[in-house]
Amino acid sequence: MTARRVVRLVKRIALYAAALAFTLFAVFPFYWMFVTAFKEDNDLYVGGIVATHIPWIFNEPPTLEHMQYLLQETAYLAWVRNTVLVGAAVVVITMVLAVPAGYALARLTGRWGERLGIGIFLTYLIPPTLLFIPFARVIAVLGLSNSLWALVLVYPTFTIPFCTWLMMGFFRSIPRDIEEQAMIDGYSRLAAMRKVVLPLAVSGIFTAAIFAFTLVMQDFVYALTFISSVGKMTVSQGIPVALFRDVFNWGAMMAAALITSIPIAIVYNLFIDRFIAGLTAGAVKG
Amino acid sequence: MALRKEVPPLIRPAATALRRRTLADREDALGRVLLAPAFLYVIVLVGVPFVLAILLSFSAARSGTLSFPWVGLRNFTTIIADAQFRLTLRNTIVFTVVSQVLVMVLATAAANVLEAAFFGKRAVRMLLLLPWAVPVSLAAMAWTWIFDSTFSVINWTLRAGGLYKGWLYWLGDPTLAIIAIITVHVWRMFPFATVIVLAGLSAIPIEIREAAVIDGASFWRRLFQVNLPLLLPVATVAVLFGVVFTSTDLSIVYLVTRGGPYNSTHVLASLAFQRGILGGDLGQGAAIALFLLPVLVVVAILMLRVARRAEVGG
Repeated sequence: MTARRVVRLVKRIALYAAALAFTLFAVFPFYWMFVTAFKEDNDLYVGGIVATHIPWIFNEPPTLEHMQYLLQETAYLAWVRNTVLVGAAVVVITMVLAVPAGYALARLTGRWGERLGIGIFLTYLIPPTLLFIPFARVIAVLGLSNSLWALVLVYPTFTIPFCTWLMMGFFRSIPRDIEEQAMIDGYSRLAAMRKVVLPLAVSGIFTAAIFAFTLVMQDFVYALTFISSVGKMTVSQGIPVALFRDVFNWGAMMAAALITSIPIAIVYNLFIDRFIAGLTAGAVKG
Repeated sequence: MALRKEVPPLIRPAATALRRRTLADREDALGRVLLAPAFLYVIVLVGVPFVLAILLSFSAARSGTLSFPWVGLRNFTTIIADAQFRLTLRNTIVFTVVSQVLVMVLATAAANVLEAAFFGKRAVRMLLLLPWAVPVSLAAMAWTWIFDSTFSVINWTLRAGGLYKGWLYWLGDPTLAIIAIITVHVWRMFPFATVIVLAGLSAIPIEIREAAVIDGASFWRRLFQVNLPLLLPVATVAVLFGVVFTSTDLSIVYLVTRGGPYNSTHVLASLAFQRGILGGDLGQGAAIALFLLPVLVVVAILMLRVARRAEVGG
């Protein structure tokens, strides 16, 4: 009996140790962002060769110096504004196109729609890396170089396939009976969709919109290709490119990375369960 | 319920019969109408650049002018003869394969841990997702700072722990730089793979697992002969996504090492950017990027097979 208990205890400890190890690996860069963002410069730039100075902790009281510098001396707030503007426009375009498409694939198109759905999803796999060079030319021809409109035009190429797939999953998870009942009661298919199904899908639509926005924030390649002036950059381009090129200030850089990451991380965690539900509902036949 | 009151049962069949001819009721046509805008957007803005990418790779097009001189296979013969390109191709394959193997090992382990019930599970899961949620370019900068040649906290910790007394120039030495890049890729992809594997794990019927336990199968036997085979389809999906995201990634190499030291860590994406956009040689850049296509075609075919199997089985 006691031997069994020891084994169980060891297993328990191993489990916590493993969970801790994974968590530390995942969190370490964020901790490093945090420490760097609030450290005094003379606490920050001590060579790693100095054994007595422990870089993991605040050896001097934390400071808001870098945060102030970031908000007042750099274009960070302009990048936030650009990101929000582009993100909002892309989300609107995406939802207007992807919600009806997702519904059509889930309910109306039958067998060929299923194939088409997989086809649309596969276009999500065609990466920006393959397309940024031809896009550079297309954008130049359209006269949109160094314009946020270039990003508004291009980002839906990956948000639409992604959100269409997600919405298809959400619509499939709504029982058919509900709209069939509405249609028996005299609603047309379109009216049943608008008045009965859409209200039920609101949380799904919201989830898809959130993820479209985070996809916009993830992009680096297209922004790097199209945008050249500092005032027109988005956060994910401005922080690594402009802050690194114009000022050597790791404190401000990590402060920017930190305050940009936190809201995304929170939103992601709030919606991840619905997101997985949509993704797997799309993958597994409903 | 409210709807039923509006239309008395007797006239219901008549109502549907009368309305049958409108577009709003013809399912097939309505489906096409609802699908068309999204479909057209994607076809035009993915299809056209895609074809253009192939055309550009056979041309000597440069940025700045809009001319389109056809040069046949010249871009391809140039880059294949180029030692830098061959190294780049090798790097892309090595980074992708090594990081995906590590990711799957870590993700399977992490998913097995997360599946067990323990205190603080939700918090752990939340924190594990951070690397995947954060914009990759910002994470790349944090890692660049962690691997800094003068201030690297890793070196300090190794010395303080008495593990290594020398000094590692992470981004100044080709081998170390490769290790650094693979580390960032693994860090970024394993949360995503964990989430997918976890979804697969919880979809395994509880009876099967209980039967294995009752039959006295050991932990390893259960892992290798019950869980892993059943996880294979879902693990395939995780690997395929991982391959696409890792092999095509520009930002990590571009920001952490800038292809250096001595151009030793370039991948297809970063070399294509350097030659095609920074160097202005669109033709050659397109040709370099096009070498990713075979990978993507293989991935797409495998994805379709997985999807079809799920269709047949499910």
